Amino acid sequence: MKRVTLLRILVILGAIGLLEGLIHAGIVPRFTIIPPSEMASALAAILASGKLKVDIAVTLTNVAVAIVASMAAGVTIGTVLQRAAALRRILDPLFATYYAIPMYAFYPLLIVVFGLGDVPQICIGFLLAVMAVIINTLNGLDRVPRVLLKAARMHRMSALRTALRIRLPYAAPYIFTGFKLAVAYSFIGVIGAEFITSSRGIGYEISFAYNNFDNRLMYGLILFVLALVLTVNMSLHAWEKRLMMRRQR
Amino acid sequence: MSPVGGDAPVHVTLRGITRVYPAQAAQPPVHALGPIDLDLRQGEFFAVVGPSGCGKSTLLDVIAGLAVASAGDARFEGQAIDGSVPDGIGVVFQEDSSFPWLTVHDNIAFGLRELGRPADVVQAKVKYALDFMGLADFAQAYPAQLSGGMRQRVCIARTLVLEPRLILLDEPFGALDQQTRLLMGDELLRLWRETGATILLITHALDEATMLADRVGVMSARPGRFLEIVTTGWPRERDSTIVADPRFGGLTSRIWTLLRGESLRALGHTGVRR
Ligand SMILES: Nc1ncnc2c1ncn2[C@@H]1O[C@H](COP(=O)(O)OP(=O)(O)OP(=O)(O)O)[C@@H](O)[C@H]1O
Ligand SMILES: [Mg+2]
Repeated sequence: MKRVTLLRILVILGAIGLLEGLIHAGIVPRFTIIPPSEMASALAAILASGKLKVDIAVTLTNVAVAIVASMAAGVTIGTVLQRAAALRRILDPLFATYYAIPMYAFYPLLIVVFGLGDVPQICIGFLLAVMAVIINTLNGLDRVPRVLLKAARMHRMSALRTALRIRLPYAAPYIFTGFKLAVAYSFIGVIGAEFITSSRGIGYEISFAYNNFDNRLMYGLILFVLALVLTVNMSLHAWEKRLMMRRQR
Repeated sequence: MSPVGGDAPVHVTLRGITRVYPAQAAQPPVHALGPIDLDLRQGEFFAVVGPSGCGKSTLLDVIAGLAVASAGDARFEGQAIDGSVPDGIGVVFQEDSSFPWLTVHDNIAFGLRELGRPADVVQAKVKYALDFMGLADFAQAYPAQLSGGMRQRVCIARTLVLEPRLILLDEPFGALDQQTRLLMGDELLRLWRETGATILLITHALDEATMLADRVGVMSARPGRFLEIVTTGWPRERDSTIVADPRFGGLTSRIWTLLRGESLRALGHTGVRR
């Protein structure tokens, strides 16, 4: 194992140990936060009981739908926009300020339009995620060296073939960065929306536990979300690094 | 126009070819090239030398159909070249054009696969090209793991496997050391004889031009025009040992005499005494 990885693990374990110690020593009160060891046992109990199976499945499905939809739409929109300079110039200010828009403000509207099902949560996740994919797709496509496009013309490739076989592959590492963000934003969007008005899902259960002062359930679920998102993002990060390694000179 | 292969049919015709890059922000239009008149004979090896920035790459782009001439008429095999690359032309670009996301093997196979050639044919041709270019040990490497000269060889192989009838090479050996450059020159001559292709080679190495070509077109400073086209008169069967030929030095110095003033002009020197 690399030295830095080892140190990183030590820091994390140290922080967990410190929190555990502070709570056991009574410095941090138990009704504020429960010790990490109890969070873990609570999570184990939740998973073993299976009573939140449906909520977990609902959240993961909605997140997955938001991720896939934002990836597909983001790459498509990015690719089209990159070829439509005029349209891109018009939309540019929107892109620059997009993340200043509080997406959750649209939640009531989404509920009016789509009803109380899963769609509003997916929409919030999608809206947060899709712009990251669009922006990174554009960034990658803008960097394709002119000589590669000349090579495409020498191979007498159509515009579509050039996009699929030259432009997008070249832009892949940048698009991947967009995907990584899309995954994070989809989790944030969907789980955050579940907090507001929803009758199921992990976010809903956390807020329900909070309202009932059920610290074990609440922290168990928070730990679950944390572990899930970290695992997903770390594997994406490792994959991205492998992708980039090939390109590094 | 050319005594070399004068009986062979004309392969490429350029008449009054001129290229002006349109004005850009705070940059007036650039008259980059021409007017150029040139006939390339079928199976001829033609080299172009000229001072930096004189329009050599621009000339190549026009012949390849990658750029449209501002004036003049360009034809390949009798057909007008009109802004798309005609079938049968292969280009090796001055810049590195290897695809960084593909292995060396897949880079070389790219064009063949694009044409939908059967897998076994692709396999055989790529293997031959890998050996030919001395890249066999690096078939599964990515371009980023190669030296500049090796990447350039990947690009050469990627174009040559398509067996173009007209091969346009823009300083393909620029990143190679002198020894490898001579050996690659030999390989190029062998390939040229075997395939019967017409070759136009842009180079900044005068001895390379003299050694490889049937005719050497010497260009003026920008806007590039042909000052003179020097015929080498070498036999078709030749290789790099021709540098020992008594006429070799004379030809090379003839080209240098033509170029010296132009090169100084290209660098912005004026009032040069000749
Ligand atoms: N895309 C472009 N836009 C505007 N001007 C250009 C462009 N490409 C080339 N030029 C101009 O055209 C002239 C000829 O360029 P070109 O690349 O053909 O020269 P070259 O002879 O190949 O030079 P080198 O030996 O350095 O490769 C240059 O002076 C350059 O300033
Ligand atoms: Mg050039």
